[in-house]
Amino acid sequence: MITIKNLHKSYIMGDSSLHVLKGINFKVQEGELVAIMGSSGSGKSTLLNILGMLDSADKGHYELDGVAIKDLNETKAAKYRNKFLGFVFQSFNLINYKNALENVALPLYYQGIKRKERQKEALDYLTKVGLHDWASHLPNELSGGQKQRVAIARAMASKPKVLLADEPTGALDTKTSYEVMELIQQINNEGKTILVVTHEPDIAQMCKRIVKLKDGVIVEDTITEQVVASNHV
Amino acid sequence: MFSKDRWQEIFQTIGKNKIRTFLSGFTVALGIFIFVVLYGLGNGLKNSFKKFFVDDANNVIYIYPGKTSKPYKGFKANRRIEFENSDLDDIKENFTFFLEDITPRIIRNANVRYKNKSNSYSTRGVAPNHKKVEKTIIMHGRYLNNNDILNKTKHAVIGRLVAKDLFKDENPVGSYIEINSSAFKVIGIFQDEGGDNEERNIYIPYTTRQRLEKGNDKIDQIVVTFRNELGHTGAIGFESALKKFLKDKKAIDPSDSSGLNFQNVADNLKRNQQFAAALQYIVVFVGLGTLIAGIIGISNIMVFVVKERTKELGIRKALGATPRSVIQMILHESIFITTLSGYVGLFLGILLLQNLGLKLESFFITNPYININTALFATFILIFFGSVAGYIPAKRAASIKPITALRDE
Repeated sequence: MITIKNLHKSYIMGDSSLHVLKGINFKVQEGELVAIMGSSGSGKSTLLNILGMLDSADKGHYELDGVAIKDLNETKAAKYRNKFLGFVFQSFNLINYKNALENVALPLYYQGIKRKERQKEALDYLTKVGLHDWASHLPNELSGGQKQRVAIARAMASKPKVLLADEPTGALDTKTSYEVMELIQQINNEGKTILVVTHEPDIAQMCKRIVKLKDGVIVEDTITEQVVASNHV
Repeated sequence: MFSKDRWQEIFQTIGKNKIRTFLSGFTVALGIFIFVVLYGLGNGLKNSFKKFFVDDANNVIYIYPGKTSKPYKGFKANRRIEFENSDLDDIKENFTFFLEDITPRIIRNANVRYKNKSNSYSTRGVAPNHKKVEKTIIMHGRYLNNNDILNKTKHAVIGRLVAKDLFKDENPVGSYIEINSSAFKVIGIFQDEGGDNEERNIYIPYTTRQRLEKGNDKIDQIVVTFRNELGHTGAIGFESALKKFLKDKKAIDPSDSSGLNFQNVADNLKRNQQFAAALQYIVVFVGLGTLIAGIIGISNIMVFVVKERTKELGIRKALGATPRSVIQMILHESIFITTLSGYVGLFLGILLLQNLGLKLESFFITNPYININTALFATFILIFFGSVAGYIPAKRAASIKPITALRDE
């Protein structure tokens, strides 16, 4: 599903440049649930942003679902994002003046789906994450866990090939974190490819594969025994 | 571009961000409102000016007889010059090309009585053409006509205030008044923009006045109007030709400046027009200033709005919004708000101007108004620059990487 070869990325900080990714190579098959781990500054979020076309690489090859992702202008990137990818962020990034339903329906708006259909689909996804009754609530009326579930529903709404989650549990307490991971596992079990960036080992253990990053290179890539989140909730 | 979906998205954004909507709408509405009101007041000032100075016809020359100061052709100095009816005909005959109209004027103060009310008014013995010269407006009945002149009728056209003084609420047309004990039939009532004094005049046929004064053919003043096409230089040329002709006829030394007095409105006119033009410049300048202030205001707000929305735009982009759709969304929204509020400001401004009407007359502002095209143009300009001001930051926001936008807290 995802193939990356020799990926490099530097950030220019004033006079000095910071080499964040120093040649990353890895592949992700369809249906995998991959945790990308690493301490702060290891380059894990940068990698995810490049995978998500939110940021661009300096060098290297990136292929997503058989499509080479290169020479992206913003318009092309926007179309790919809408078609291939769903995002879950640590800080949820819901639009605060739109209610849960409208937030979930937003990617469908950019897919050009009619309003009625959009709302019906969005409600289906909200139901799936257990927030059917919260559809008309604004983000600031929801708890952190609920917000993240709305964000997951939104990420799923565009029917992406890959779900990218950047520290999805970073802003949540342990119990809520496990609930969110339970949802992610459930979605993965339905066949969706998911990448989760995290620095929490217990969250990583709930994935099927753990990739460890250190100083811009992959230092460990192991298949792990998945801990089922629902057992811990 | 104008899909129902887009509108719904916009209405939602507008409705849920009331302060933002209010700020930008208010700026535009206020800008247009102030522009309309100031421009209107400026026009009101111009109106007052016109009323004071440009009330009578502009193409008029008044000719008053005087006393000679030099002996000439056997006449002694200090001779009083008088005009007669034949002068009118001679001028008509010799200046057909220049002349539009000519009318004599014989001014006499008279005691005027109706029933038991009487008062002293100025009567003017004139020809029908006088109506044009003074821009007299007939309210009821009619003005003097050629039959009145030929038949020396005892008909009088009285000013609005004369009618008010003598007749109160009665309709004067058809009634008889006594002018110095001689009965005149009131055939019309007039008003004049020249003010109260003008409306205390009574017009009678000049021939009737001459008949009352023992059938003489003397005239106090001659008033001629010339063709407007002559322009300023033509008018001056006509004046000197006329002067030469009359001096010749009345045997006045060509270098004698006091035998005849000419008052050419064209001279005043030019000065007045220059002053009016200066007023116009001030009005336009004030208007432009307001407009520029409005443009700066809306530009600032648009920059602020886009800045405030950077994160939201980042989210939208992460969800698949193209830069183009982001720009379109911001522009569509801002154009909608500015257009709507622009017209609100326009409407309120015009409403205020119309209500002002004559209320500010003591500040020399009469009937303030704004040409609707000027107002629409100003609104359009503000909308246009509001959009440009929105477009630049919108374009920047749309082209920054979503990840940068998302980090913006």
